[in-house]
Amino acid sequence: MISRRDFIKYSLQGIAAIAVPVTAIEIINPSKLFASKDAREIRWGFLVDTGKCVGCGFCVKACKNENEIPYDINASRTWVERYVLTKDGRVLADSPRAGRDGFITGRIELGQGKYQDIKNEDIEKAFFVPKLCNQCENPPCVQVCPVGATYQTKDGVVLVDRKWCIGCGYCIMACPYGVRFFHPVYHTAEKCNFCYHRITKGLKTACVEACPFGARLIGNINDPNDEVGRIIRTERVSVLKDEFGTKPQVYYRGLSKEVR
Amino acid sequence: MVHGELWTLKELFVYPNEYIYWSIQIVMYPFMTGLVAGAFVLSSLYHVFGIKELKEMARFALVFSFALLFAAPMPIVLHLQYPFRGINVFMTPHFTSAIAAFGIVFFSYGAIVASELWFLYRKHFVEVALPLKEKKDKGLFEWIKFLIFCSLTLGVYDLSQESLKRDEKAIKILAGIGIPVACFLHGYAGFIFGSVKANALWMTPLMPVIFIMSAIVSGIALCMLTYIIVMEVRKIKMKSQRKPWMSLRLDSEMSLEEVKGAEIGVIKITAKYLILFMIFAITLELLDLVFRGYTAVKHWDILRTVIYQKDFTNIFLLQYTFGNLIPFVLFLIPGLTIRRATIGLVLAMMGVFMMRWNVVIGGQAFSLTLSGYMEYIMPIIPHDWETFKEGLGGAVSIFVMPFVLFWVIAKIFPVFNAEEKPSVH
Repeated sequence: MISRRDFIKYSLQGIAAIAVPVTAIEIINPSKLFASKDAREIRWGFLVDTGKCVGCGFCVKACKNENEIPYDINASRTWVERYVLTKDGRVLADSPRAGRDGFITGRIELGQGKYQDIKNEDIEKAFFVPKLCNQCENPPCVQVCPVGATYQTKDGVVLVDRKWCIGCGYCIMACPYGVRFFHPVYHTAEKCNFCYHRITKGLKTACVEACPFGARLIGNINDPNDEVGRIIRTERVSVLKDEFGTKPQVYYRGLSKEVR
Repeated sequence: MVHGELWTLKELFVYPNEYIYWSIQIVMYPFMTGLVAGAFVLSSLYHVFGIKELKEMARFALVFSFALLFAAPMPIVLHLQYPFRGINVFMTPHFTSAIAAFGIVFFSYGAIVASELWFLYRKHFVEVALPLKEKKDKGLFEWIKFLIFCSLTLGVYDLSQESLKRDEKAIKILAGIGIPVACFLHGYAGFIFGSVKANALWMTPLMPVIFIMSAIVSGIALCMLTYIIVMEVRKIKMKSQRKPWMSLRLDSEMSLEEVKGAEIGVIKITAKYLILFMIFAITLELLDLVFRGYTAVKHWDILRTVIYQKDFTNIFLLQYTFGNLIPFVLFLIPGLTIRRATIGLVLAMMGVFMMRWNVVIGGQAFSLTLSGYMEYIMPIIPHDWETFKEGLGGAVSIFVMPFVLFWVIAKIFPVFNAEEKPSVH
């Protein structure tokens, strides 16, 4: 007959004996070893120089073609916004057809088929701001996806699995930047993915390639020799809507306070 | 065309990809789950807290809650771009999402309601099944009836006093567990909205509580309303059946006057609870509004224009005045009549519906740019499947569904037990 004291003693010894090999396996986990050896992984980041953007819309065109977004639909993975500040203090902004056709007139779109003409002499300040998915470090869209169809890759890009997305639209609602929409052909959530199929092959994104003025740059911000990373680290840059705590990874040079 | 473009009108500066993605079906979703939760809470008032006056209503409310339960997830399913992929939520639930746990919450709640119903109707099942079991030459209809009720008994034919007492105990426990689960089911619908940090109107921790309170209001209102309708139909039937040569009636049947008295008695008592929860709901909603105005953070400028200008009619006229104030006054004036109660109930339900509308559609009435607006033009006449399901047709179908289900379910679970007379006031 085993005494209570012995029973507890042997039990504890047994547990300890079982626990030791488990911890041993944990220590020599090869993937963890490998990861700790090369801690600095790729983190894709984007840099927009608003001062260089002229609102030609080439980036939008290129993106639509590259990513099979029907050319004539009123949605786009990337878009260009125009801000016009008049001398009487008004702030007007628009992005007709996502800025696809370029901003070639002084007419500001007000929605519902209405426009407003602004004379050049009334303008105090005007500029363009290209927008795209911020590939947030803390993406709310990934957080709210009920089925895990949208996810963050190791290199920081947020992707959508078209085969698994149920089309609830919760991610669209959760994005503070309004970058998501339903693809008119696939009927699943759609967004900019930094042309993931290109960047993973060492190419630039379609919009970066198409920009004639170098207003858009993409790079691995973890790489000390990368141009984008260097500018983000050493120059004055800002991000959009940081109050949401999403930690966006699209950085802007020369962002004005009027930008939404 | 992009999904949502058809029914969205944009004004001023709105991001190119922004549309009203969550339309009428997402208004229906919290409305329907609210009715489920409300009906259940009403039934629990009797089972858990022993409010005897609600005995008749409790049984009715529970069956109705069960009927509503099937209709509750339908708006979400209809709203999905891929309704058949809805099952993915159970296959790969992503638990950081507020929607992911819906299935678990919904089914645990469903299991509670179903088991409570079983304990409540077990006696009835046995009483129907036993004579049929003993009957030798059953017709086809009787066979079907026998099979249904025989399976519903789950093989338990024990009707001893002891076992019936145990049933009652089980009902009490289940109703007790059910209240927090029902509140969770609906509070959780509120959380789905309240946790969207991108939406200035939705993001408030009060949202789940507001949702629960208004849910109980709508649930009680719908139960009372359906109760009135059922009783009126019963009265009409009794009137038409009353023939001079049939002055003798069975003891188990109630006279017309008794039914009338019972009806207004139940309605008066239930109305008290309706008003109580209405006060809670309005207080919280106004607290939210006052707080937003007082703190006046960045997005208040645009919220103010939406609340006080764009949606003024929807919020202050339809929701607060017609949906809250008028029913409140109607119920508080002494000498409540069935007719007055009916008007009050219809208005109260409309008030809760408008609250859902003002949250879901109102939350998308302004752009993320905080300098533009969107307007939802609900498709009335459908020209394809999408405009049907995201329009008036879809909403009405969803609303009618629980009534049809109730009619079917009430055939198996009779809501009025002829043997037990309801208390008359």
